[in-house]
Amino acid sequence: MPEIDDGHRISVTVNGTVREEVVEDRLTLADFLRERLRLTGTHLGCEHGVCGACTVLVDGDAVRSCLMLAVQSDGTRIETVESLAEDGRLNSLQEAFRRNHALQCGFCTSGFLMSVTAALREAPVRDEEQAREVLSGNICRCTGYTGLVKAVLEADAERKDTAR
Amino acid sequence: MIGARVERREDERLLTGKGRYIDDLDIPDALAAAFLRSPNAHARILNIDASAARELPGVVAVFSGADLMEIQKPLAPKVLHPKLKDLPRLPMPPEEVHFVGEPVAVVVAESRYIAEDALDLIDVDWEVLPAIASTAAALAPGAPLANSKADGNVAVLLTQHAGDPDEAMRTAPHTLSEDFFVMRGGGHSMETRGTAARFDPATGQVTIWDNTQSPHYARQQLSTIYEMAEDDIRVIAPPDVGGGFGPKAQFYGEEVVIPWVAMKIGRAVKWIEDRQENFSSTMMERSQTHHMRVAFDDDGMLLAIHDVIEHDQGAYCAGLQVPSITTSTVPGPYKIPNIHTELRACYTNMVPTSSVRGAGRPQAVFAMERMMDRIAEHLGLDPAEVRTRNLIKKEEMPYQVGITFRDGSPLTYDSGDFPRLLSGTLERFGYRDARAEQAKLREQGRYVGIGLAAYVEGCGLGPYEGAKVRLTNKGKILVTLAAAPQGQGYETVYAQIASDAIGLDMDHIEVRTGDTSKIPFGQGTFASRITATAGPAVHNAAGEMRSRLADTAAQLLGGDPCDVSFEGDLACLGGDLEKSVSLLDIARVANIGKHGITLPKGIRAGLETSSYFAPERAAYASGAHAALVEVDPETGGVTILRYVIGHDCGNVINPLLVDGQVLGGFAHGIGNAMYEEPVYDAEGQPQAASYLDYALVSATEVPNAELFHIHTPSPLNPLGVKGAGEGGTIPAPAAIANAVEDALRPFRARVNRAPVTPCRIVEAIYGDDLTPPEGPQ
Repeated sequence: MPEIDDGHRISVTVNGTVREEVVEDRLTLADFLRERLRLTGTHLGCEHGVCGACTVLVDGDAVRSCLMLAVQSDGTRIETVESLAEDGRLNSLQEAFRRNHALQCGFCTSGFLMSVTAALREAPVRDEEQAREVLSGNICRCTGYTGLVKAVLEADAERKDTAR
Repeated sequence: MIGARVERREDERLLTGKGRYIDDLDIPDALAAAFLRSPNAHARILNIDASAARELPGVVAVFSGADLMEIQKPLAPKVLHPKLKDLPRLPMPPEEVHFVGEPVAVVVAESRYIAEDALDLIDVDWEVLPAIASTAAALAPGAPLANSKADGNVAVLLTQHAGDPDEAMRTAPHTLSEDFFVMRGGGHSMETRGTAARFDPATGQVTIWDNTQSPHYARQQLSTIYEMAEDDIRVIAPPDVGGGFGPKAQFYGEEVVIPWVAMKIGRAVKWIEDRQENFSSTMMERSQTHHMRVAFDDDGMLLAIHDVIEHDQGAYCAGLQVPSITTSTVPGPYKIPNIHTELRACYTNMVPTSSVRGAGRPQAVFAMERMMDRIAEHLGLDPAEVRTRNLIKKEEMPYQVGITFRDGSPLTYDSGDFPRLLSGTLERFGYRDARAEQAKLREQGRYVGIGLAAYVEGCGLGPYEGAKVRLTNKGKILVTLAAAPQGQGYETVYAQIASDAIGLDMDHIEVRTGDTSKIPFGQGTFASRITATAGPAVHNAAGEMRSRLADTAAQLLGGDPCDVSFEGDLACLGGDLEKSVSLLDIARVANIGKHGITLPKGIRAGLETSSYFAPERAAYASGAHAALVEVDPETGGVTILRYVIGHDCGNVINPLLVDGQVLGGFAHGIGNAMYEEPVYDAEGQPQAASYLDYALVSATEVPNAELFHIHTPSPLNPLGVKGAGEGGTIPAPAAIANAVEDALRPFRARVNRAPVTPCRIVEAIYGDDLTPPEGPQ
């Protein structure tokens, strides 16, 4: 990564598009995505890595973008909530969220979607207990999680159906 | 559409990352602001030196409180009382601070990073003063003053009586007394507070984006402080706000400083609170001590209650709404002939308190419902039976409690069926079987307990809320609400109500919210009030719009307005599509018109209606919760095995959304019951200022709850609706505490404090000195 006077030049693939940018050392990945790239779907709820609202996928892993610096993302492939809809239509997970009223204010929703996306790619969700485990890295103050649990189970069932 | 389980219109944008929260808005060239905050709970500012901060490259301006004397006017408490000793809460105090986190200077810079760098360069000389960090400390004899301007720490003493409580206490066969403590708790919307502003010298108007629950309230306060006309201040609550829960319904110094600074320097300025600021500077609630006495007869019938309530206002009085709600909620769903409530609200050196989801009710219900269990225990009766005997009956509605509501009117429950709610809850819970199961498990050495809690909730409060309905020039119906949503789904719910009132498909109805330039008057989203105030306003305004559309269509089609109905966007006569006129055609005739040409005969110009609905008094929602828990006496760990919620919010507009409100509120209640506590030390320093120390519940802590509804419509509004936003929260701490004490009954352990944490449970069993008990008795 070349070091230049006012920062570092990084190359990062965000939602399939290669972005070459010069970033300050201390710029967080979250601020890079939100302010530089104007991908404002990623939200900042606590900025200390607990609430999970800022979760994005970095090379497929769910990562708190408030705890990662933009320079650390050099050479990685990043997915944000903006990448989920397919041809302008909600994907099955997003549909399951809507159907089950798994969001109210919606502020934490992007983080939940990205965490669950990573988890469902990794392994199926067998039951409610596992669904709750998958969701437990993110905080939602509105829904009480009931709709989220249902949405995860439905999205997983649908994924299995499609795979069959 | 009323009563239909309609999925939300808001969801698509929120699920695709296209929400428009305040920090997502494009405000070109906006500068970032950061506040320097007091590190002391009580201190005098001797000097502020910001010269080094001002020289930092990228810093545009730095203002201390003393630099902005023109806006240093007290922020008014919301609910007042003539006896209240109010202390001035200034936007950014220039002389003395009264809690950790109080803003004392603001930096405006090219980025938030630079603004925060500059904060480190501001040098403040403090004279630290003694601090008060609990109501007990505030009320102790000879206590130091929490505020040098005051002559004591008491904000207000208020007493209410019904009947003759002293005589009833004196002559009653049984009395019990106990002290109950409810700790502080916060709102913790996932989106923190934020304000941005831009002044337009050409129009003289300042536009303010503020993720407040109450944009019109903010405008009114600013209009007074800035001495500007209300029309020159446009407050916009963005279409998406990341949760409110009460704290965002309050008005803060930062909301005064940011727009003023933007006007002063002639640049757009944005301040987004970070979570650290949120922990120290956003209002909280809850902390109260109840010194409770009850009198009852041999059958467990309540004869009198006597409750002395110490309420923590924090550093300033943001209003007496919370403690006054507490006093009127204590009697709950029970018939109590003699009541004495005494409020001792006092000042401390902690962040001011105001409403957080539940707003004074969880504390009242905690004290009352803990006492109901104690009565049952004392008499050897079943706690469900004691409650059932004392409940107000459906046929006694409207029921006058005997004390007064905060507006001075007699406290009156408009409707409800408390016995059916409780019996329904017990039935679904399998109460009899659960008692048998409990006894069996106890023999196996397992400590399982059952907790019940019933409550009433005054909601849909006045003074009014409004709606405008307009046929736009594009042929759509536009519903404009003053109220601003924070996730409640207004764009969906109010389209449902308007759809029924007009008889028009929802597809042709849009809803806009929270912009003071679009509708002149409003109050705000708080106290579970909008469905019961804006709901009827939309219903009335849309009903009038239906008549206006029908009149216009009938004129154009040559028929009777009574025969007009809507098919898609067509107004038809007698359901005949051949005899129809589109909404766009109607707009062309009645709204757009032709310059200089007289309107066709019988056509009234301008298709716009409005309605402001002012309820006569609060509508009462109610509910009953039942919890089954297992406690591990060694670790103090609590497992919730079963939870049932009975809920009555009258008629329901959208069951999907109402269930979401109740279950979301329930999770908040579980937080208050078992986890959340923003601890302050004795010097008023916050000790739980991150989510590592302040535990918000995740999906693994919140159990599944079985939720059922009964529907007793409120007679106070044409939709028969009541509020649903807080009922899930209110009784949860009481239900859990009751269940835990029930589980620990063999140890005679007392659970008098919420949240009920493992540490407190172990202490309750083993005592302060942690001597092992002699064993279950």
